[in-house]
Amino acid sequence: MYFQYRKTKNTITLLLTYAFLILFGMFMIYPLLWVVSAAFKSNDEIFKSLSLIPQKIVTDAFIKGWYGTGQYTFGRFFINNFILVVPVVFFTIISSTLVAYGFARFNFPLKKLFFVILISTLMLPDSVNLIPRYILFNAFGWVDSYKPFIIPSMFASTPFFVFMMIQFMRGLPREIEEAAIIDGCNSLQILLRVTGPLCKTAMISMGIFQFIWTWNDFLGPLIYINSVEKYTIALGLRMCVDSAAAIAWNQIMAMTVIAMLPCIIIFFAAQKYFVEGIATSGIKG
Amino acid sequence: MTASLKRKDLVGLLYVLPWLVGFLVFKLYPFVMSLVYSFCDYSMLKPPRFVGLYNFIYMFTKDELFPKALFNTLKYVIITVPLKISFALFVAIILNMKLRGINLFRTVYYLPSIFGGSVAISILWRFLFMKEGIVNKFLSLFGIEGINWLGDPKIAMFSVSLLAVWQFGSSMVLFLARLKEIPSELYEAALVDGASRLKMFAKITLPMISPIMFFNLVMQTINAFQEFTGPYIITGGGPVNSTYLLSMLIYDNAFKYFRMGYAAALSWVQFVIILIFTAFIFRSSTYWTYYEYDEGRF
Repeated sequence: MYFQYRKTKNTITLLLTYAFLILFGMFMIYPLLWVVSAAFKSNDEIFKSLSLIPQKIVTDAFIKGWYGTGQYTFGRFFINNFILVVPVVFFTIISSTLVAYGFARFNFPLKKLFFVILISTLMLPDSVNLIPRYILFNAFGWVDSYKPFIIPSMFASTPFFVFMMIQFMRGLPREIEEAAIIDGCNSLQILLRVTGPLCKTAMISMGIFQFIWTWNDFLGPLIYINSVEKYTIALGLRMCVDSAAAIAWNQIMAMTVIAMLPCIIIFFAAQKYFVEGIATSGIKG
Repeated sequence: MTASLKRKDLVGLLYVLPWLVGFLVFKLYPFVMSLVYSFCDYSMLKPPRFVGLYNFIYMFTKDELFPKALFNTLKYVIITVPLKISFALFVAIILNMKLRGINLFRTVYYLPSIFGGSVAISILWRFLFMKEGIVNKFLSLFGIEGINWLGDPKIAMFSVSLLAVWQFGSSMVLFLARLKEIPSELYEAALVDGASRLKMFAKITLPMISPIMFFNLVMQTINAFQEFTGPYIITGGGPVNSTYLLSMLIYDNAFKYFRMGYAAALSWVQFVIILIFTAFIFRSSTYWTYYEYDEGRF
């Protein structure tokens, strides 16, 4: 009797839990599905119903939105974003791995102090450096170029990634590296042939996060990029919303979807790296 | 052995060098200069002119937007951080139950977080919460009519904050990873002793996840204080400056009016406030975080 009671109670709890998970999940995901469906709706239909299925599928929002209002198309902004993001991701992975290797595998003078500094910069708010950095980069002549993003990435400037990589390397077995030392490899050879390949997972996680953050960044391009020719997606979208065409809801929706697309593709293609990346490092977001 | 270690010393330094240079040039130098500029009048057209405490005096006595922006920022932090972390923990605990399809739910709950503070997601938020938007459409099904989510100064901040709350994914994944590490023996032992569920949560779960709670609290607080894109795109700081944050005041002063000195002073005040908050969390954490073992520090 007692057990039967417990069992039904458990079934009810289970059902309630699932009901909650599904209902809550719908609230979470609905806005994203809605923007996708709105991009395919005609302009009059967008705010008429909550339905996610367009009455009539219209694709001209994508075409009209793409060509936009000015002399530059969204294609241009899209390519610009890649020109900005790809080198940043590439250099971040290389520089962060090199630095993490130094911290994780060697002893050198002031190492403790450097590590404390690294951890402190993890919590240093970027905004306090915003203005002097702009003044500095302006003096370098980097304003209105992608250099303010790309060059710092060559110097392992995101402490999160360095820290994440150090943690990852510390977890690796050292036997193979030691064997390589005996075989007469120098430290760079060991990094390239042994440690590096073992860190592939962490490198991919790092690359994904850096891609998504840089792709979505708005304040940086807003400050440093002036000419429309060099606009990133974020700036292009803002311009599109501010312009008179703002009445063409479905075009804005379509361009919003396009802006989000690369992140969505990466997320679904590399889901496990996301979870591992967050779990091993405690990344922000 | 000793010889090889000694040789290694300098090699290690070589690997760390890029970071060291980056730290000095892109972090330490700007950090110091930020403080220097905050005592200057600097428009970038003429060299900086030392004005002593003028910027700070102006900030606290003359600039009407500063108290407003400070108050709004505190409001934003106080709404978003606790809500975001509670949601993250609550959902993580549910997802930690041994259910089927957990990966799917985890994906769904995490997905909004990948867009972070992007323009795209902020535009979406604007469309959801505008007067003729989808949220009101949904509420009208229940007979609730026309809330002016973004146009009413009393609720605009709340509507904007919800965007950050919606993106609780990263905190959730962190909690979840920690929850999975709690040895089940602890719960089994408590069950034998006849502990209630609530008691197990308070005496086992909470202490075990407290280090993650601490980490989330610190990071989310630091980030929330610097929020910019969401309110900037969704409301532009309005209506009647009710969502105007410190970060926007800094941006406007620096890049609209080119008052670099004053903007630097503002950013230093913002920095000190963040420091006070984090110091408070750090101090208090000795009372509420529990460390099972020393986490392999250097």
